[in-house]
Amino acid sequence: MVLLQIAEPGQSDAPHERRLAVGIDLGTTNSLVATVRSGMAVVLNDELGRSLLPSVVRYTGDGCEVGYEAQAHQTSDPRNTVVSVKRFMGRGLKDIAHRESMPYLFDDAPGMVRLHTAAGPKSPVEVSADILRALRERGEAALGGDLVGAVITVPAYFDDAQRQATKDAARLAGLNVLRLLNEPTAAAIAYGLDNAAEGVYAVYDLGGGTFDISILKLSRGVFEVLSTGGDSALGGDDFDQRIFCWIIEAAKLKPLSPQDARFILSRAREAKEYLTFHGAAPITARLSSGEVVDLTLTTEIFAEITRTLVTKTMQPVRKALRDAKLGVDDVNGVIMVGGATRMPQIQRAVGEFFKKEPLNNLDPDKVVALGAAKQANLLAGNRSADDWLLLDVIPLSLGLEMMGGLVEKIIPRNSTIPIARAQDFTTFRDGQTALAVHVVQGERELVTDCRSLARFELRGIPPMVAGAARIRVTFQVDADGLLSVSAREQTAGVEASVVVKPSYGLSDDEIAHMLKDSLEHSRDDAMRRALKEIQVEAQRLIEAVQSALKSDGELLADDERARIEAAIVALQAAALGENRRHITLAMDTLDADTKDFAARRMDKNIRRALAGRSVAEIAGEESQ
Amino acid sequence: MAVTLSERAATHVAKFIEKRGRGVGLRLGVRTSGCSGMAYKLEFADEIEAEDILFESHGVRVIVDPKSLPYIDGTELDFVREGLNEGFKFNNPNVKDACGCGESFQV
Repeated sequence: MVLLQIAEPGQSDAPHERRLAVGIDLGTTNSLVATVRSGMAVVLNDELGRSLLPSVVRYTGDGCEVGYEAQAHQTSDPRNTVVSVKRFMGRGLKDIAHRESMPYLFDDAPGMVRLHTAAGPKSPVEVSADILRALRERGEAALGGDLVGAVITVPAYFDDAQRQATKDAARLAGLNVLRLLNEPTAAAIAYGLDNAAEGVYAVYDLGGGTFDISILKLSRGVFEVLSTGGDSALGGDDFDQRIFCWIIEAAKLKPLSPQDARFILSRAREAKEYLTFHGAAPITARLSSGEVVDLTLTTEIFAEITRTLVTKTMQPVRKALRDAKLGVDDVNGVIMVGGATRMPQIQRAVGEFFKKEPLNNLDPDKVVALGAAKQANLLAGNRSADDWLLLDVIPLSLGLEMMGGLVEKIIPRNSTIPIARAQDFTTFRDGQTALAVHVVQGERELVTDCRSLARFELRGIPPMVAGAARIRVTFQVDADGLLSVSAREQTAGVEASVVVKPSYGLSDDEIAHMLKDSLEHSRDDAMRRALKEIQVEAQRLIEAVQSALKSDGELLADDERARIEAAIVALQAAALGENRRHITLAMDTLDADTKDFAARRMDKNIRRALAGRSVAEIAGEESQ
Repeated sequence: MAVTLSERAATHVAKFIEKRGRGVGLRLGVRTSGCSGMAYKLEFADEIEAEDILFESHGVRVIVDPKSLPYIDGTELDFVREGLNEGFKFNNPNVKDACGCGESFQV
């Protein structure tokens, strides 16, 4: 039996065509699933009426438990109980902070770490998929049917590897991803629409494991994200960690077993939550070693031991404001997102920085999921898109590889999408008929430090002297974040282009194969490219010398000419080989042997230009 | 005869309209479509047409167009919870046959 929801006027669904969609906040500490029912975004609760699903998965010999069930075993079975897995998404072993105080058995697999559990090695993608599957099942039970798709939120700071890992997890969980949405943007949707707010807003999102700051502009119902920033390894967990360290120090504890460490950490978290509404929190515990902890954490001590963390959040805030070219006074309000923003010292610090009381009238744990649900409802086609438009930003700069392996940024990070930018380039040597275009993503200056997105070649450039061709390269990012790059030679009109498709839709094997391939070949490719470049350079030098010999050969004595010709032969031989050092040395020799020749040609050309003209004539020409 | 809301349904409708921020009532009706002939229409109403027939139930205005009324006259709209799912259900005495899912029906 299908239960009906109230539709907007004239928009009742045809029977059997209702498109059920959910918004999912896949959080570090807790996850939520929400939907739009009768025009209202609501968080879907479980059978016991609980809205949060702890992002905790416990692996046993014969399966897995997710949520509160798993969380209950955090202290008794820490090794098989995975918490805060979002921190590991798309991460290698060396990227993970505080590894030493985590009870897991890590394995450094290519691309991403693996965790050894009772159910075998698990990648963060698989663990996240187990969380998403539980949310999908809750969504389907609550909506009475299969979901057409979900909007899943990610921190604005997530790079492509982390975003792709999130998409892969969703696919493993049997969810169709309608869109990945930046968490602060989702919060703005939840707040902006319901409160019909206008002006410039900052979204301060301190979750369990990530910190995001976004500067948004809302006007006449239109959202524009001006800039984003943050720290993907800073969150409420770090505050727990500080209390954890304080307890160990204050109670003078010996090194802890994994079980005791987890126990003390959960006591630390309880104390943090208690301090939101109380001036002091008692912390008592009896460890397996027999040691007893009996401490009192006051608000003052808590603020003191976490002062550096609070300060750390303010640096990205300043940077985001700078990126948006705005000052503190331009910000009309601050939206608080994430359970960690309940901490009084955070509310106070944010209030002092922005010189105004932060907005917190929606539950900071739920705003992101509610906004995602609204976006999902829109994307599933249940609502007309006229009501509001959402502009998003690209998180990392997009650019091209230049000579010497440097990156030329075409679209800087934080540009709003959709966007198109064009830049003119030219040929490097005489008669060049092809141009290699290598599209990269990242903030670093060297291509090798950035992510390679695509390569293609523009062929059929008419031969002309170096620097004469005009090649316009256009980057275009559409509303879905899909990038297309085209290159067009302006005189002949030849054109080539590439579309960088999101890899969604590939099977896991294909993705794994692609990852492996790119890892295996990346080094070879770079070497080959460097060799190619120097071979091209050698060829250019030979051609230039040969053409000079032809036109001005009479300037050389026979022995000089013989020496130059020998150097050319030597360079030709070296350029056929694959030893870059040999080629460079041969080029240096040819260069040295032709120095005098070049000087004489210069003199000759100047004499020719000045021959038969008076000094007055030349002076007159210059003064014109 | 009339079209009515159960008390639970009325409470929820009032809450949804308040949350939505505008609306003059709840429009109930039928359309021809679906696997069993007719489908229900359940929408927020922003306007009342001249020929509309109005009912009042637990403080909520119920709006029905004259063409739909014969098919749903005597209906009570209820709000029910089935497991995690919740929503509205038409208790319509005119229905002789409904498709398995209850989304469309015949009179």
